[in-house]
Amino acid sequence: MQRRSVLLGGAALAALGASRRASAQQAPGVTATEIKIGNTIAYSGPASAYGAIGHAETAFFKMINGQGGIAGRKINYITLDDGYSPPRTVEQTRRLVEQEEVAFIFNGLGTPTQSAVQRYMNQKKVPQLFVATGADKWGNYKEFPWTMGWQPSYRTEAQIYTKYILDQKPDAKVGMLYQNDDFGKDYVAGVKDVLGGKFDTTIVKSVSYEVTDPTVDSQVVTLQSAGADVLITAATPKFAAQTIRKVADIGWKPMHIMTNVSVSVGAVLQPAGPEKAIGLISADYRKDPTDPTWKDDAGMNQWRAFMKQNMPDADLTDNDFLFGYGVSLTLMQVLKQCGEDFSRENIMKQAASLHDFEVPILLPGIKLNTSATNYHPIRQMQLMKWSGKSWQLFGKLIEGVQS
Amino acid sequence: MSVSSSLAATSARARPGWRAVLLALGAAAAVLPAFLLSDYRLFQLTTVGIYAIALLGLNVVTGYNGQISLGHGAFYALGAYVGAILMADYDVPYWATLPAAALVCAGVGYAVGLPALRLGGLYLALTTFALAVAVPQILKYRGLEGWTGGVQGIVISKPDPPAGLKLSPDQWLYLFTLGVAALAFLLVWNLLRGRIGRAILAIRDHPVAAEAMGVPLARFKTRIFAVSAMLTGVAGALGAIAVEFVAPDSFSFQLSITLFVGLIVGGVASLGGAVCGAAFIVFVPNIADQVSKAAPGAVYGVILIAFLYLMPDGIAGLAARLARRAGFD
Repeated sequence: MQRRSVLLGGAALAALGASRRASAQQAPGVTATEIKIGNTIAYSGPASAYGAIGHAETAFFKMINGQGGIAGRKINYITLDDGYSPPRTVEQTRRLVEQEEVAFIFNGLGTPTQSAVQRYMNQKKVPQLFVATGADKWGNYKEFPWTMGWQPSYRTEAQIYTKYILDQKPDAKVGMLYQNDDFGKDYVAGVKDVLGGKFDTTIVKSVSYEVTDPTVDSQVVTLQSAGADVLITAATPKFAAQTIRKVADIGWKPMHIMTNVSVSVGAVLQPAGPEKAIGLISADYRKDPTDPTWKDDAGMNQWRAFMKQNMPDADLTDNDFLFGYGVSLTLMQVLKQCGEDFSRENIMKQAASLHDFEVPILLPGIKLNTSATNYHPIRQMQLMKWSGKSWQLFGKLIEGVQS
Repeated sequence: MSVSSSLAATSARARPGWRAVLLALGAAAAVLPAFLLSDYRLFQLTTVGIYAIALLGLNVVTGYNGQISLGHGAFYALGAYVGAILMADYDVPYWATLPAAALVCAGVGYAVGLPALRLGGLYLALTTFALAVAVPQILKYRGLEGWTGGVQGIVISKPDPPAGLKLSPDQWLYLFTLGVAALAFLLVWNLLRGRIGRAILAIRDHPVAAEAMGVPLARFKTRIFAVSAMLTGVAGALGAIAVEFVAPDSFSFQLSITLFVGLIVGGVASLGGAVCGAAFIVFVPNIADQVSKAAPGAVYGVILIAFLYLMPDGIAGLAARLARRAGFD
């Protein structure tokens, strides 16, 4: 009993001590000298590799402040660890919104984690801007007008693949292998968007797998025996590697399209066997830092200079740093468009008013566009083919359909 | 009268007095924050209360009864999902989900307690750990998706305070959690202080002697497992309401480890320890985050090791020692 009183008394005193500041707030999180931005990301736990994005963004805003900030205000970027655990995301997000009173939450990472706070953010009318996952639901402007994604959604990616297939093989017999969750189902939805009524005739077989399954070998065999000559695989790295290997081992040679989530050389192609994946098609929207094509590219050199100056010890092959840089540049454009009005309504309005905005680390020709009815900023990707040694871009940019 | 007996008489006379005062102070200190603190801080304190109930459950089976469970996150998850499914699909009022979660978890706890009889010590620890690891996968299982919502999870809403009370939902939930916690602590305190409590401790310390004294080991151990699972399940249901969201990724094996950490740091076999442990697992990760952005896990580890080194019998153990030295027995 003694302990409990001391504990709660201490907590109360501490909380009272950390109460309201007396600065003149022009809008939530905004004063004449500062804009407060919040972020939650996994710095610890199983997904802590993504913490690199938070580090890149911290360095970026420090650089901006060094250059004078935006509209005469410094950016105060508060990033908190949620350990990729939804209850902690809820706690940290509430802390950012209610305690720190940030203007908005920027680039929160993770589908389950950001899903946990999506309704809260919309209820409180706080922008949940440029969420860092490819789930399609961040573009649902009707039900969640305060939430917006950034990267091409999985659904958009599937639309792009389907367009390519129809272009190359109008009579294709397509098989689909997808993970049985939001991520995999987004792909099925994207394929449906483009095929429409022809879905049932074009897709000869569509099979799913659980993340708990040990292998997907039986699914691959099923797809081959259904007579598919095109295979779309929406699988996370471990299962992607298994799929590539099985397809090669049973002597099946379909046009094999793989989700962008599983294009890592180290995590997918090496375990599968690089020669077994020759001809594998995928897509990307970012320039690959290891691709010699971009050795002297102006945009990439801008990024390299930023990394050298602000994060000299970082691993330049980790494209999470690229991601953080790109999405931060997009945010700067939104803030610039805000002018002097940094109210939450205007921030969201400007985020939904991007016109042909180009980000130098994205593939040439990719333009960000948003509107009141389009909350998917990036909807273009370029296809690439695995040569056995590296990914080679080919063709032109393809755009997803308006869903 | 001899010196010792007069001393004993003095302290006996003094004891009921200060205990009652302390209880009143404690109750006031627990209720007061509801009217002083911001909604966010209340949310944090509510979480502390919820974990305190969960740790109470873990303490009953591991601290007092000696059956090591590294899988209590599974019961927490079960309680949370029972509560969420009832609220989302069957429109059950929030307060009714608690008894339902209690019943289901008690049943499952009993079912787990039965094979646990054959395992002891480390084997039981590993088996319960396996249960904890399996939980997120089971929750994502396609066959149960209609119920569990799969990876998407289930979204529910915090209850509004009963009509007439001018409280915010966070304030009401805090007071509600406080009430449930008080009830849980009262029940466990009552259970442990009598004959049953002695039997439970005897089973932990010397099962052979306990059996020789006539304590039915199997019956007690399975029922204690059921009680423990019930408490942690109720905490899970409350947790679901507080966070307004349940998803398989919220209940990974790390939750079970976290609960175990809270048990040890708070103080094994101590009711107050459950509250201390809960405060530790809620606040220390945030402190670690503020100390270092680059390696919050490492900082958390350092703080944990420091606690264990300085307070080997937990925060409650330290407080008890200090209290004894000050004369409060």
